[in-house]
Amino acid sequence: MNQSPTSPPRLLDAGDGGLVVEFGSDVDEAVNRRVVALDRALTEHPVQGVRETVPTYRSLLVLFDPLAIGRDALARHILALDHGEDDAAGGAHWRVPVRYGGEHGVDLEAVAKLHGLSTEELIAIHSGALYRVYMIGFAPGFAYLGGLPEAIHTSRRTDPRPKTPPRSVSIGGRQAAVSPPLEVPSGWHLLGQTPVRSYDPARAEPFLFAPGDTLGFYPVGADEYDDMLAAAQRGEVVAERLASNAEPRP
Amino acid sequence: MSDDPKSDDHLALSDGGLFSTLQDAGRFGYQRFGISNSGAMDSFSMRLANALVGNPGDAAVVEMTLSGIAFTVAAPNCRIALAGATMPLAINGRPAQPHQAHDLVRGDTLTVGRAASGMRGYLAVAGGFDVAPVLGSVSTHTRSRIGGLDGGPLGAGAILLLKGAPSGPPLRLDAGQLPAAETRLRVVLGPQADAFTAKGIETFLTSTYRLSNRTDRMGCQLEGPEVEHAAGFNIVSDGIANGSIQIPGHGRPIILLADRQTTGGYPKIATVIGPDLRLLAQARPGDEIRFEAVDLAEAVRIAQAAAASLKEIIAGMEPVVFGAAALTSDRLLGLNLISGVTCAAQDPFSETGRT
Repeated sequence: MNQSPTSPPRLLDAGDGGLVVEFGSDVDEAVNRRVVALDRALTEHPVQGVRETVPTYRSLLVLFDPLAIGRDALARHILALDHGEDDAAGGAHWRVPVRYGGEHGVDLEAVAKLHGLSTEELIAIHSGALYRVYMIGFAPGFAYLGGLPEAIHTSRRTDPRPKTPPRSVSIGGRQAAVSPPLEVPSGWHLLGQTPVRSYDPARAEPFLFAPGDTLGFYPVGADEYDDMLAAAQRGEVVAERLASNAEPRP
Repeated sequence: MSDDPKSDDHLALSDGGLFSTLQDAGRFGYQRFGISNSGAMDSFSMRLANALVGNPGDAAVVEMTLSGIAFTVAAPNCRIALAGATMPLAINGRPAQPHQAHDLVRGDTLTVGRAASGMRGYLAVAGGFDVAPVLGSVSTHTRSRIGGLDGGPLGAGAILLLKGAPSGPPLRLDAGQLPAAETRLRVVLGPQADAFTAKGIETFLTSTYRLSNRTDRMGCQLEGPEVEHAAGFNIVSDGIANGSIQIPGHGRPIILLADRQTTGGYPKIATVIGPDLRLLAQARPGDEIRFEAVDLAEAVRIAQAAAASLKEIIAGMEPVVFGAAALTSDRLLGLNLISGVTCAAQDPFSETGRT
């Protein structure tokens, strides 16, 4: 069960150096907004002894040095900083180009058929939605997105692939995802590929997306994709970034 | 750095061992982006090796797994020390004493053999390795191909650039001060202990488990009695701390370690306390372990005691006293002639020399 938007979070110990601040147990935007809000508050008001924080769908993992701060003092700081849901304007909005179908998205046709859609209709629905970055995890820069339109919710594959193409744009269940430029294992359906490198340790900004950001996709043709891919390999960001997602459009 | 006339001083590896990587204290601040902390699995031994050569405790070291590296010194001189697993050390083919720093000169070869006991050895070099940090750390994370040299394990032909030369006397430690190996791992229950039945938690705390062959820097898959879930074994993914023990559908515990995935969707019954992670780092596939629950206050007392003990061992390190047996006249000549320079700081007989 998820807590009401105002109830205090559950505090769970993860050993002598970890505290899980849990706002709910489901994938839920209101829950995720509280996670992101607390994470931002802890960034703005750093607590001595905290090593790092890990925002996820429904909880914030706070890793700390138990010799520098006690768990109870840390818990008091955290509860004092918990003020509800995040401010939509606190994140960025990204426009992410996608080359749909063919070798770039081998499952596009099967998913369209499953839902009784043409591939054009599937692309229009997928690229017409506004997504929220719930969490980065599993692999460097792998972005879990909420906001997939119900019409194209699709159960995961029964046989996960041990390797998927780098920079895949995929859907699984009620969620969507953007892969980093790594060949990750995945049981999700591959709709396309983006030239955008969500993770590049050689770039000044190694990671693009953060929890609380919003994101929209738009289709690109072969030539545009190739040009963008070359630019991304030179270290350009390629994705269009709007400083604030206060009034985002897909 | 490129202005440094000695910038090509290095160790030239002729053997990388089974799996050797550069590691420091780890990479913090990026787990939120899906990057594991990495870092030395046994940070206690990393700190001892560094202290023996006069380095800060978290300077990058070579972490060797089960079998060690071999190299030739391509620098006027350098100082090394080994800690952690009991690995035989040979300098120019002759056995060398453990638990102490050794001064080497150009052309010397050093071979670290197969561990007689323990799993991971740590080799430190005075002044540290000249390797550019990635995202704030030199630690190698092979799965995301970052850190170390090109993000991978060290192999034959690898060049480990050195920065800085030894200063002060080489140190030794009294092995009698080192803590004994333990098969009992202390844990704090949670964060999802409530996902298990009382019987499941009892099974977990009273059974003997064995490390399977699926044991690496990511984690240890254990063999032994199955732990009973209360209701299902899927949770919505949340963050994973070092030492978290997750129980997937098959009921057998997996302990997640330095190179773990950053988030996961199996309930975590307990977390190994920080000071006991070094025990796990030195356990081998086939070794038996047991879990003992401690409360958080006790875990913090143990962490404080472990930090104090490490500090005491380091404070008790003494300059190496060379006797005739430890230093042949050949080597003594070599030290003076091959390095070409003799100063107090490099004089192995000086206990007080400082640059």
